[in-house]
Amino acid sequence: MQRWTPFNIVSVVLGFAFLYIPILLLVIFSFNESKLVTVWAGFSTKWYVSLLSNKSVLDAAWVTIRIGLVSATIATVLGTMAALTLVRYRRFNGRMLFSGMAYAPLVMPEVITGLSLLLLFVAMGMDRGFWTVLIAHITFTMCFVAVVVQSRLLTFDESVEEAAMDLGASPVTTFFHVTLPIIMPAVFSGWVLAFTLSLDDLVTSAFTTGPGTTTLPMKIYSQVKLGVTPEINAVSTIMIAIVTVGVVIASIITKRQELQRQRDERMAMAQP
Amino acid sequence: MKSLGSIRRSFAPWSDPNSIPYISIRNVTKKFGDFVAVDNLSLDIYNREFFALLGASGCGKSTLLRMLAGFEQPTSGEIVLDGQNMAGTPPYRRPVNMMFQSYALFPHMTVEKNIAFGLKQDGMPANEIAERVKQMLKLVKLEKFAARKPNQLSGGQRQRVALARAVAKRPKVLLLDEPLGALDKKLREETQFELMDLQQELGLTFVIVTHDQEEAMTMADRIAVMNAGKVIQVATPPEIYEAPNSRFVADFIGDVNIFDGKVTAVTGEFVDIEAEGGVKLRMVSSEPPAVGQNAAAVIRPEKIRVTGEKPAGRANALEGEIWDIGYLGDMTVFRVKLDGGKIVKASSLNAVRAAEDPLTYDQKVWVSFDENAGVVLKD
Repeated sequence: MQRWTPFNIVSVVLGFAFLYIPILLLVIFSFNESKLVTVWAGFSTKWYVSLLSNKSVLDAAWVTIRIGLVSATIATVLGTMAALTLVRYRRFNGRMLFSGMAYAPLVMPEVITGLSLLLLFVAMGMDRGFWTVLIAHITFTMCFVAVVVQSRLLTFDESVEEAAMDLGASPVTTFFHVTLPIIMPAVFSGWVLAFTLSLDDLVTSAFTTGPGTTTLPMKIYSQVKLGVTPEINAVSTIMIAIVTVGVVIASIITKRQELQRQRDERMAMAQP
Repeated sequence: MKSLGSIRRSFAPWSDPNSIPYISIRNVTKKFGDFVAVDNLSLDIYNREFFALLGASGCGKSTLLRMLAGFEQPTSGEIVLDGQNMAGTPPYRRPVNMMFQSYALFPHMTVEKNIAFGLKQDGMPANEIAERVKQMLKLVKLEKFAARKPNQLSGGQRQRVALARAVAKRPKVLLLDEPLGALDKKLREETQFELMDLQQELGLTFVIVTHDQEEAMTMADRIAVMNAGKVIQVATPPEIYEAPNSRFVADFIGDVNIFDGKVTAVTGEFVDIEAEGGVKLRMVSSEPPAVGQNAAAVIRPEKIRVTGEKPAGRANALEGEIWDIGYLGDMTVFRVKLDGGKIVKASSLNAVRAAEDPLTYDQKVWVSFDENAGVVLKD
């Protein structure tokens, strides 16, 4: 067992304080009666109520969710395909180039990704708006999906696929009935990651958007420039709540799967 | 019901010149880059045969099996199965099924669904699938585990699911890649006999890959001993053991004493060999080598007797002293150092509980064997 020494306690407290005090302050002040963000004037939920009638914030939220859902889904499909190619075909012309390009957005400064996409859209004469932001989000989230799925595929027993084909399943049937169900948890994690990355992206969106399309992070940022209102705190609190619930559900599911697996193993061991 | 033995004794299509092989492997070569995994190999396997590919790891036996299954294409040469050239036929269109070394069960499906998978691909009606799955579960005695997932099963049970899944489609040929490798010794021995019974019951052709010579000897009708991508000898287990055609086979299968030397005289079928250390031997050979040629006498340890006195009436008797004794329970293994310096292995069955004249360390003894106790190999 580990012992709680004073040093341990201090480091844990400081660590958590460093991470969570800003967020805690934001949540607390979203329930502030006063219009001033830094002066506490009693508990109130009025900012949440006023938020409901703030059409521009709601519109931005709706745009963000739509972009998040669509871009995460497409990025998951493309990212999974990229991961499969990189794991399964160890030798093909241009493999290095392909893997380099697939992973570049991981390390590329977002400003550069945003700028280059903007230049591309301008060069192609595309009207900037919902679709350009969507494409940009697919571009930079795809590689995260590819990384998550690739790490799962590295431990995948390929003889399972061979067994399926040996039993008469075509490569397509094998993929949808055997490979995909087995790697589904990784694909799903990839999707969740892509979705959250898309939800809170500011830089790339700002570069690639046009008039009429404002995502929630952009809305919040532009509002902050005019002074932080408790309404922004309220929006942020809701976002935090959504993310927290998502993370908690995901970890409960993982934990339960782990427990189920342990039970199964005990059951298998108990047999002759 | 006829016993397995009575069926097996009469089964020898390979010695009938009129029988047509079921699987014909003709001059097949498989290269991976510069590495030659299978080297211009030809083999005939007959219908309903239990055929074993035996060899150390890396000898090309698994590659050959994978070419039969269709996972690898031969670089050159052809594979003909039941009259059909298999070139270019993908694994999912071949009338063969494979049991994988790792079992390769579908982890997200129940035992039942695993077995039904291949039948579904054939578009078999649902009621027939259910019937066949039931039959298969009964065959491998897993009726109670139909609804379990693979990770809820023990190793032996998984092995049986893999087997049931592979035979469910009634393939023309069942390929088995080290099917018993992951089982413990006792279970492995039981399963060997189960597999033999199953093969007879279903009337299928089995091709098994193994590195375990005992496994191959127990189960197979014929064994192909492989080394470096080539087949060294194809024969029945007794032939492989008693009449190896080469030093490699003699050494690979079981324990052996090899006396290297020169032929000094040939009288009819008798061959006199003078081996290292001045050891003079007289052996029998159906194709005797010429006088002066290099030859080796190959004798299995259990054909050699160790006695305290010089035995009468045995063609070969050599003097030496006991160097090592290994007591294994069912038998005892002696290592005898001959006067010339060579160490000879001899084993004797402990058929009685207490031997009258126990041989001990450093004792002067005689090792002896008959002319026909071994074979003569020409180098």
